[in-house]
Amino acid sequence: MRALSDEETKTFFEKLAKYIGSNIKFLIDREDEDYVFRLHKSKVYYVSVEVLKLAGNVGKDELYMLGTCFGKFTKTGRFRLQITCLDYLAKYAKHKIWVKPSGEQTFVYGNHIAKTHLARITENTPVNAGVVIFSITDIPLGFGVTAKSTVDCRDLDLTAMVAINQCDVGEYLRSEEEF
Amino acid sequence: MSSEESDYEHDQIADGQLEGEGESFDEDDELAHLVGDSDSDEAEGEPEGDEILDDEIDELDAEGDMEEDKAQQENFDEEMDEDEIEKVGVVTNTNKDRSAMDNLLAKEDLGIVNSRIQESIRILTNFRELRDPNKTRTEYMTDLKNDVMTAFDYNLEMVEIFFSLFPPAEALKCIEANEESRPVTIRTNTLKTKRRDLAKTLIQRGINCEPIGKWSKVGLKIYDSQIPFGATPEYLAGHYIVQSPSSFCPVMALCPQPGERILDMAAAPGGKTTYIAQLMKNSGVLFANDVKAERLKALKANCQRLGIKNTVVTHYDGRKFPTIMKGFDRVLLDSPCTGLGVISRDPSIKAQKTYKEVMKLSHLQKELILAAIDCCDFKSKSGGYIVYSTCSITVEENEEVIDYALKHRYVKLVETGLEIGSEGLPKYKEQRFHQSLKLAKRIYPHTHNMDGFFVAKLKKFANGIKSQDKEKDQLSINRENAIKKNKEKKRDRKGRNKNADSKSNQKNLKKRIKQKKQESKKQSEDSKETTEKPTKKEKKQEDSAEESKAEVDQKSAPKNKGKKDKKKKFQDYKQKLKERKEKTRSPRKEGKEREERKERKEGQEEHERSCICCRA
Repeated sequence: MRALSDEETKTFFEKLAKYIGSNIKFLIDREDEDYVFRLHKSKVYYVSVEVLKLAGNVGKDELYMLGTCFGKFTKTGRFRLQITCLDYLAKYAKHKIWVKPSGEQTFVYGNHIAKTHLARITENTPVNAGVVIFSITDIPLGFGVTAKSTVDCRDLDLTAMVAINQCDVGEYLRSEEEF
Repeated sequence: MSSEESDYEHDQIADGQLEGEGESFDEDDELAHLVGDSDSDEAEGEPEGDEILDDEIDELDAEGDMEEDKAQQENFDEEMDEDEIEKVGVVTNTNKDRSAMDNLLAKEDLGIVNSRIQESIRILTNFRELRDPNKTRTEYMTDLKNDVMTAFDYNLEMVEIFFSLFPPAEALKCIEANEESRPVTIRTNTLKTKRRDLAKTLIQRGINCEPIGKWSKVGLKIYDSQIPFGATPEYLAGHYIVQSPSSFCPVMALCPQPGERILDMAAAPGGKTTYIAQLMKNSGVLFANDVKAERLKALKANCQRLGIKNTVVTHYDGRKFPTIMKGFDRVLLDSPCTGLGVISRDPSIKAQKTYKEVMKLSHLQKELILAAIDCCDFKSKSGGYIVYSTCSITVEENEEVIDYALKHRYVKLVETGLEIGSEGLPKYKEQRFHQSLKLAKRIYPHTHNMDGFFVAKLKKFANGIKSQDKEKDQLSINRENAIKKNKEKKRDRKGRNKNADSKSNQKNLKKRIKQKKQESKKQSEDSKETTEKPTKKEKKQEDSAEESKAEVDQKSAPKNKGKKDKKKKFQDYKQKLKERKEKTRSPRKEGKEREERKERKEGQEEHERSCICCRA
């Protein structure tokens, strides 16, 4: 377990900024408690200093998880966000999409969001921006990338795709192994 | 036996009462008594008959109608007789008939066994009046156990565990309750939602649910659901977790507080861990450990799904955990067990588990609980508690383990704070445990309609290993405490003396030494019995005494220089001293005098301690 190197921090924050923009600063400078990012076995964990100190007692091989996992670095050095960080993404998200109740199930099963299922979308969302997807009752369901901007969404085919599914909460059941 | 048994069967068949034969049995028995037959054991004979029947079922295919069967009853009975007398399994022409008969009997078999179980329990509950005088209680019991084994597919050792734990009627209730499935319950994740809101949304989705009971504020019971409740968006978003109500109990007993440091020693799959984190409101630190890497995946997924942020998941053998970390405020040990309380969930337990496994696990549990106690910090302001729980109801895995812990570590049992459950068992068979084991809680399937469970809460009050000999140990503790107190007192005293007036004391000491020397000279001159303490006042008094003595000397004739005279003089001098003292004394002065005396005494003592000459 170690702190992220400069390069790693850069790639990680770039990725994170896609979804939460400058709100990253709220993750780093918290008012309630000191939280830090730590790299353990190519995964990035977001953890309070108090927990981190005590976790230092645990051996490298025996430590399986601490705090919240944000994602992992691939072998090629890119960073991939995991569904486990959804709570933080949802809290600080710049762009949001709300899906209709009929669309919840399909999205949670790993499908992209079609125009029929679109209930609401944040104003001025550009194309290829990171969005967090919510149910109509404000339960975060996952995140993805917009395929169309807000303006384009207005006159679209019902079957056309609005956002691409990158991660959804269904992964807790589908790929438990990955965590 | 053979003839008797076949007779009995014949009777039954002839009566055509293959169900509800309780009464017919009675008649059989009574008849047997009247005749004076010794071996009229319907239950003892029956299993053999069953075996034969079973064998034959295996050999032959099912055939024949009911009517045929009835017509061939007599034939069959005769055959049975012959067979049993000759003890030869010859395949005869009547095989077909027999197999048909067997099928019929096999169908009614469970009914027979069940009614026989009921009957023997009726007898056992009112044994004195209903018993057969020729049959002992143990015989009744073995028959009953055999029947239960056949009726419920248990193995003998498991049946015996149940029957030694409960009286026969209750044991049967418990075993019957194990056959029923428990209602599915879920626990609300209060970190993300409220129970009322969750219940509303679930009902909207077509899942019929209701609060679990007054004792829990987070449980919901699911009656029926039109959609899979393990895949709703709410489930995936971590608003609830499917968890048995009895596994709420250990966490409620643990009573975790926000900001504490807590260890869950055998955590997977994380139902209890997440509940602890939920009660801690995501503050403090929670260590979740499990020995099996496979099960850790589920634990991790559950923790992440429910949005728990204060948890560290580790993969250690629980027995070695004290070498890694200590100083936890609270420790939960939900120990690995045979799972005899959750037979309704896993029916393979009742047939496969053996007593040997129970004892093996009991040993492991003892090791684990000592490790758990070692991990706990008794000085913790808010905690110092250990909760031990299993989903088994055997005494070997529960009371025995706690008793072992009480003997080997400085812990005591405390109230669990649970409203449900019955008391722990301080007595079991020939074993006698610590009386406080009553404070533990047992939950049974047949009384609470929950999974069988055991919860005990321990409070740690000192570190270290308790020796086997109890009395010695207590004494040693007391002794240690006494020694500690004495040391502290001494330290305090020394500290005071040094701080107060170490310099002045030294000066005083020197003066006093001089005085002492002078006095000793005078004393040797005056008398042998002069006062030992060299005080200023006394010195003055002595001076005056000398004067008075001189006067006396002048007045009296110089002849008297003998010892007697000296004594008289000394006595006079003493009296005078007293008179003077009485005159001069005032209450204020008295106090001062006392203080001065004390100071001097202390000074002298210290001097004596430090000075080798004086000691000698």
